[in-house]
Amino acid sequence: MTRRSVITALLTLSLTLYPARSQTGNQLRFCIGASPRTFDPLLVTDEPSETVRYLTGGVLVRLNRQSQQLEPGVAVSWKVSPDSRSIRFVLRENLLFSDGTPFSSEDVAFTLNRLNDASLHSPVADAFRAGDGKIVPRVESKNTISIAFPAAIVGLDKLFDQLPMLSAHSPHKEMAVLGPYYVADNKPGAYVLLERNPNYWKRDSKGHPLPYIDSLRLDVEQNRDLEMMRMLRGDIDLINSLDPEQYEHLKTRAPAKAVDAGAGFDTEQIWFNQVPSAPIPAYKKLWFTSTAFRRAVSLAIDRADLARVVYHGDARPATGPIPQANRKWFNSTLRPLSFNPPGALDKLRQDGFALRNGVLNDKDGHPVEFSVVTNSGNKAREEMATMIQQDLLAIGIRLNIVTLDFPSLIERISRTFDYEACLLGMVNDDLDPNAQMNIWVSSADNHQWNPNQKTPATPWEAEIDRLMRLQASTSDFNKRKQAVDRLQQIVQEQEPFIYLVNKEALAAVSPRLRNLAAVPLRPQLYWNVEWLWLAPQAEARR
Amino acid sequence: MRRARLAAGIFLLLVAAASLLAPLLAPAPYARQFREDTNASCSRQHPLGTDGLGRDRLSRLLYGTRVSLVLAPAAALLATLLAGVAGGTAGLAGGWIESSVMAAADLFLSVPWLFLLITVRALLPLNVSPLASVAITFALLGCLGWAGTARIAGAEARALRTSDMILQARASGCSAVRLLRKHIGPNLADTLLTQFWLSIPVFILSEANLGLLGLGVAEPLPSWGSLLRELGSLSSLGAEPVRFVPLALLVLTVSSFQFVLHREDARL
Repeated sequence: MTRRSVITALLTLSLTLYPARSQTGNQLRFCIGASPRTFDPLLVTDEPSETVRYLTGGVLVRLNRQSQQLEPGVAVSWKVSPDSRSIRFVLRENLLFSDGTPFSSEDVAFTLNRLNDASLHSPVADAFRAGDGKIVPRVESKNTISIAFPAAIVGLDKLFDQLPMLSAHSPHKEMAVLGPYYVADNKPGAYVLLERNPNYWKRDSKGHPLPYIDSLRLDVEQNRDLEMMRMLRGDIDLINSLDPEQYEHLKTRAPAKAVDAGAGFDTEQIWFNQVPSAPIPAYKKLWFTSTAFRRAVSLAIDRADLARVVYHGDARPATGPIPQANRKWFNSTLRPLSFNPPGALDKLRQDGFALRNGVLNDKDGHPVEFSVVTNSGNKAREEMATMIQQDLLAIGIRLNIVTLDFPSLIERISRTFDYEACLLGMVNDDLDPNAQMNIWVSSADNHQWNPNQKTPATPWEAEIDRLMRLQASTSDFNKRKQAVDRLQQIVQEQEPFIYLVNKEALAAVSPRLRNLAAVPLRPQLYWNVEWLWLAPQAEARR
Repeated sequence: MRRARLAAGIFLLLVAAASLLAPLLAPAPYARQFREDTNASCSRQHPLGTDGLGRDRLSRLLYGTRVSLVLAPAAALLATLLAGVAGGTAGLAGGWIESSVMAAADLFLSVPWLFLLITVRALLPLNVSPLASVAITFALLGCLGWAGTARIAGAEARALRTSDMILQARASGCSAVRLLRKHIGPNLADTLLTQFWLSIPVFILSEANLGLLGLGVAEPLPSWGSLLRELGSLSSLGAEPVRFVPLALLVLTVSSFQFVLHREDARL
């Protein structure tokens, strides 16, 4: 390589990473499904508000969605105590909120005290609550603060990724922010305009202030087809999440805009109702509580076909509750169950079932037939259910598919328990398995197959309870990992949830958008928003 | 007009015949999934191609037509019978009975059908076969669709009650049963028959609407509603023309029902 070509290559690289000043002054546009309900970061419950919170909030530590590691935010360093009951932050000096109000440890204390206020009903506070008592912030100096909790919290530092700092003194209250953007305009039902925060602390390696893009326009658009049409026309620059059909359509119409960010963290699963008081026949309860029966159903489902046909190859057969994409916590010794109808029949025979004239009967002669409920309008789930229906027919099981509107479905699976099996998905935004405590502990509301148990109904559920409590009680990663690995193994052996597929994180993005690092974790495309920049149209065409 | 009626009649007969002969004409079982051949184009094996799960579209169209064309008239018949009984009784009895029945009909007309159907369907037992599920869906449609026809039947019966013909029959000592059988019944029958024919396409479209929402006929049984779901996304805009065959068939069939009715027959 000649010296000239080396210089050219370096110049090209620097142009890619560091936009010329003239290229920074433009606007990134994308859609949100509704107007944000609140701009108060402590009261966020809906996705549009969460989007604004992410883009405007200055947090003490930020989870790098790519490396899955915590990075300094407005705190330069932090230390969690060995008992996981307190944390000490050292803050950046001389920071200003977007309105020019100075930032200090008093603001951190103010934010935490507000979080302590029970009358606020902050959903963010739930994650910080451990044991009875309040969070006690103690200001040590202008830039140092210690925060004590009434009980140990696993992954304590990571919680602060969700907690933007509020100003104790700003007259603009929650509208004064420390994040890369601030809310400049909001027209409910139309758009939210975010402008670049002139006081944002982060700079690139050449000293250029970040973010590169001057403003973000979040247009309110409920209709996902219209959103896609706007993307195809070039009216918007990105769509954070696409369903497989939209993705395939985009790949055909504008392949340069289609982005597959890799295996996602969300799961799709089917489970049987094992609630003892459920209004279903006793013989069916015997089937559903039989490990052999659940295992046989699982073996009879062709997950590879589900991924290939329903998701057009944009999904992978699932292994268990923690997807392979979660590198830190996935039990790498586990493999997805292979499609094995003869093996399924063997298991069923061992459990007293018999296949006669193509119909599977239990030991008392009841033909095996059950219903699965899923939410109407979710095409992928309905198609998966239809494919599972054919797979199960091959081992003599008749499956009736019932699609219900979402409120009716939730009523049945959470209150009346008047259902036999259910096919639904689970959104996993948190990499730490401790976030799944409310699913795996047998006394939990979301222990879907048999919630709110007074004592564990089975030895393996008792073992899961023990493992979840063990991982929650220590900050020793190795101990936690061992417990979580064993949990995954038990779940694969017992199959209270029959995991089907892990979807790929699919997105659409303008070829103009540079420094993009699409990841499966939310927010998939703009998690590094301060580093993004838009190339001029002519350069993008090249 | 007569030619159009004739063409529409022949078209409906052909559609009905094709659906009845579905077991002979269908290239494959309607539920069979050719998973290696999903979204296939037209071929000798699959004349209308395959859907997203690899099921033969022609087979599903033939069986779906059977479901929609058999059960929509059944639902229309149920609704018309209910309307005849309710409206006829109200119109002939008059007084508070008429007021109560008409108030009930008004109430039914003011209730948003779709939400009512979604609610009622959510309360039904889950473990029913697809065939039972489709029968229940259409029975629900029939039970909920009586009100409009009942108002028309009620008005017709009221007019009959006060007509010279009935007054004369009463004055001649005609018994109530004979009055119903010989005079009121035949005069109401024309109106009800017209309403029956008019409501068939309404029920076809209602099922299609429910199907589009995923709340219609249960899988794997096809219906026009479930077949139309293939067109329910943006990607269908650039789809092969064969995907629009169920839509074309639905439009032609509903239009044919309207043509078959002579304008003078449709007493609205």
